[in-house]
Amino acid sequence: MADFEIPQLKEYPVIPTIQEGVMAHSKPFVAKEEFQQQLGFPGELVDNWQQVAYDKMEELNGKYRSLQVFLDSCVKCGACTDKCHYYLGTSDPKNMPVARQDLYRKVYRRKFTFAGKYFPKLVGAVDLTKEVLDDWYSYFHQCSQCRRCSVFCPYGIDTAEISMAAREVMDCIGVGQKYCNEIIAKVYKIGNNLGLPEPALADTLEGLEEDIEDDTGVAVKLPLDQKGAEILLVTPSADFFAEPHVDGLIGYAKVFHEAGISWTLSSHASEAANFGMFIGSYENMRKVSLRIREAALDLGVKRIIFGECGHAWRVAYSFLNTLAGPFDFLDPKYPVPQHIMEFTYDLIQRKAITLDKSANDDMVLTYHDSCNVARASRMGPMPGGQFVLPREVIKACCNHFYDMPQDTIHDATYCCGGGGGLLTDDLMELRVKGAMPRMEALKHVVEEHGVTHMAAICAICKSQFTKVLPYYGFKMDSIVSVHQLVSNAIVLGNKQ
Amino acid sequence: MGTIEANGKTYETDEEGYLADLNSWDKDVADVMAKIDDCDLTDSHWEVINFLREYYEEYQIAPAVRVLTKAIGKKLGKDKGNSKYLYELFPYGPAKQACKYAGLPKPTGCV
Repeated sequence: MADFEIPQLKEYPVIPTIQEGVMAHSKPFVAKEEFQQQLGFPGELVDNWQQVAYDKMEELNGKYRSLQVFLDSCVKCGACTDKCHYYLGTSDPKNMPVARQDLYRKVYRRKFTFAGKYFPKLVGAVDLTKEVLDDWYSYFHQCSQCRRCSVFCPYGIDTAEISMAAREVMDCIGVGQKYCNEIIAKVYKIGNNLGLPEPALADTLEGLEEDIEDDTGVAVKLPLDQKGAEILLVTPSADFFAEPHVDGLIGYAKVFHEAGISWTLSSHASEAANFGMFIGSYENMRKVSLRIREAALDLGVKRIIFGECGHAWRVAYSFLNTLAGPFDFLDPKYPVPQHIMEFTYDLIQRKAITLDKSANDDMVLTYHDSCNVARASRMGPMPGGQFVLPREVIKACCNHFYDMPQDTIHDATYCCGGGGGLLTDDLMELRVKGAMPRMEALKHVVEEHGVTHMAAICAICKSQFTKVLPYYGFKMDSIVSVHQLVSNAIVLGNKQ
Repeated sequence: MGTIEANGKTYETDEEGYLADLNSWDKDVADVMAKIDDCDLTDSHWEVINFLREYYEEYQIAPAVRVLTKAIGKKLGKDKGNSKYLYELFPYGPAKQACKYAGLPKPTGCV
């Protein structure tokens, strides 16, 4: 099945003995010239790359105050060392968050601190050599920017921000990652990560309407580019394409139908994901975000709701107003933007939809908190709502739900292993190994409670699990969308 | 970047073995690509590959898994209109493996 060793799942988590350099070979494909240029980066490694990199680092020090604080404040306490899923799954010490940060920090020290400039050896400061750059490319693409380490860091140092900065510096000298940059270029050209053109999207949605009607006898619509609709739904393009994502999309449509509210998708903003964040590029993140504003204005909607996508919700919840605001043209009675989970949860609270839990009796469920939702956003009116709302929605849709062990859920959740722009086949070894802690926690509830399915609200998590579950002896379709459960349970035609 | 030899012709591919030029596709290269993955293309495989190519011709993208299963189900009977059947034919995933043999670009994004 694989040309690498698949980690053994143990009865309880064991911190592995370090094996230096075992993942040094793991590197994603480099982005082609044409995609680099479409994002505003040089096509290939520039001649004076070292100086360009230093200049960029200096710019970032001034631009992101947090970055400099993170680089200055680490005291090497070691609290983060055993918190990264990639370290636990690979045993490579450079996957300890502090060691990953130090790849950047040692260059920062050399150029921007007194001690590093004059006594580099004393403080472990080095120049950005080709060897160091190779290490950057390898190990900053072994961080899914999940921020679990930052939860345990007494100073709150966020390795994700350092990874983003390193990727931004590499892009600016012409060394970008194929997966992310090709996808961002596709968003600019076609409108979504998949490269799904408008006619194909329209055909897909029409097919789904047929399926729902065949299945339920109710004409549930999935409108596209409908001017004057109340709600614009922005969802990851994987929802139009992959399983189990598409079952979630059907769920959103049924919920809107039952709520009796007009809604629409947009062919211009046919993507919630924003890979600009993964590569740490403010300019690209802004450009991708602006499409949503343009679509909302063009369609004249009153509300924007996001579908199940982890990092999209981080960008939406935390940055959308700064990137693409102000949204003073939307209805101020509702949060801007809103998550589909908030919308469905509210209907459940108000008993405005009827759910038949027995429709999901063939499943015993658990829930995987997606990192960007869990640690970088919120949902609903209460603190911790991002943990409560998805679970309450699941429990309203099924009779059997069990949580995984406490140190693997909520804000201590483990990444699926494919986040942060790493969901690509050229990093399969990393993805499989990085999934190990989550798989171990899943195995626990499978054995303890007979769990059969794990629900998630992130397109990356869903695709990653579909791929890696079989490596650990689970069925590929044991990952489900939360709104897939809603779709199964919702009683249509009940409300007038 | 790589190349594949089939029937005396050379085809350029990207890093992952997908054809660089979609127009250079022919049945010979599909057979050779499948052999590289230890897969022998049968009529059942070709049903899928042909559908993918037709769909791509019209929409400039590979069909969603659901669209594919539905089309195959209509053509070959309900028992084959499911992803289980497609995964039996293309164990690396119908979206990616079948697209490769059909000469289509790899679907990208969170899929």
